[in-house]
Amino acid sequence: MLPSPPSRNYRFAVPVASTQPWVNWTWVHNHYGLIRHDVWEHLLLTVLAVAIGLGITMVLAAAARAWHPLQGPLLGACGALYAVPSLALFALLVPITGFTTTTAEIGLVGYTLLILLRNLLTGLDAVPEEVRDAARGLGFSRRRMLTHVEFPLALPALFAGIRVATVTTIGLVTVTALIGQGGVGSLLYDGFERDFRTEELLGAVLAVALALSAAILLVGIEKLVTPWSARRAT
Amino acid sequence: MIWASISFSATAAWFRDSTHWHGTNGVPHRLVEHIWLCGLSLAVAVAIALPVGIVLGHIRRGGTLAQNVANVGRAVPSLAILIIAVPIVGIGSHPAEIALVALALPPLLTNTYVGMVGVDEDVRDAARGVGMTAWQTASRVELPMALPLILAGVRTAAFQVVATATLAAVVASGGLGRYIVDGLAVRDDTQVVCGSLLVLGLALMVELSIAGLQRWLVPAPLRAPNRPNTDEQLEESLDAIQLDPAA
Repeated sequence: MLPSPPSRNYRFAVPVASTQPWVNWTWVHNHYGLIRHDVWEHLLLTVLAVAIGLGITMVLAAAARAWHPLQGPLLGACGALYAVPSLALFALLVPITGFTTTTAEIGLVGYTLLILLRNLLTGLDAVPEEVRDAARGLGFSRRRMLTHVEFPLALPALFAGIRVATVTTIGLVTVTALIGQGGVGSLLYDGFERDFRTEELLGAVLAVALALSAAILLVGIEKLVTPWSARRAT
Repeated sequence: MIWASISFSATAAWFRDSTHWHGTNGVPHRLVEHIWLCGLSLAVAVAIALPVGIVLGHIRRGGTLAQNVANVGRAVPSLAILIIAVPIVGIGSHPAEIALVALALPPLLTNTYVGMVGVDEDVRDAARGVGMTAWQTASRVELPMALPLILAGVRTAAFQVVATATLAAVVASGGLGRYIVDGLAVRDDTQVVCGSLLVLGLALMVELSIAGLQRWLVPAPLRAPNRPNTDEQLEESLDAIQLDPAA
């Protein structure tokens, strides 16, 4: 699924710690393939996690709306998962699923689940009662009301959730570098282990750049898809 | 899938082993390190963010700044700040302190600002009518009314700081993250699991104690959160009290 990583044999000697410059452009130029691979892997992990999380959220939200007592425990369970620090969660999964992408994905999906589920449920709850009443008056069944009335009105909240979830996941994928998964965090961590400032800085800058561009892109998409929602202040 | 070498009894045995409860690498020492690190960072962050947020909120300026700070703060992974701080301040607890303060600032600043701005204009007008100065209005009228959101911000910040302090072990700081990082390094699964459980326990306890603090400090009428009525209120409620996973 992922392209095979380029070799990590560095042709140039790494400068001694305290005298190295912050950016060694030669190194960047020579390892462009590696950097591109890491960015691609990072984005892939993020998109996968958010997509799976979205799918599970839809199913769980539909279940919670169909059977109301489910809503509280569901949010409580997700909230409990939230309380687990990311490194701890990944570390807990490692003995079970090893140092693989599955471990990272399980953790990432868990975290996106709370954000998306909470936002979707809040949005669905915030639909005004008059609208529901009107829909009922027009003959909508519970299911059709959910899909045709409540869900479109909850879309702004869901998109805000997708935006936050994506930005957060991009940050979390950096942490997965500590359990051997890649992405931009592997540049960061590898640079840290070898005291190589260029790589560290590149990792940090790319992580921030990815998160910010994802945020800007998603705000744009949010405005496109929900033109009827109130303009955001930011 | 590799099924685990962790077992319930191994974890229990780790906790029952008394060598894990004494000395520099013992649970009490690591716990104290962790709490000290978090408390210091949180105190510094509160000392910076709260006055700034209160002032900005009272004069109703810098709103976009306060809200953008939260968005940018969310975008920067804490591991990145942690590791970038190392060439500057060395390894140990100093880069951890810097990173944790940087992590705690955005939710504190944003929530303080949103809380102060959320005070009804009529109330401010009444305060001015009664003859209060700006300082009195801010401290005696607006601040208590903004307290729920401010405390929610403190809660978010504290929770994130406690959880991220586990990452500090990566840069040779102490704290409970030490068990996780060391365990991963030598593939000692039991140590990793026990460390994770300890971190989880601490995070929950901190969360509960700040919830208790919230209950103590916030007067009863202000306690129940209002259901959002408009789109703007909905967006604000989704913005201000965001809980982020501890990255």
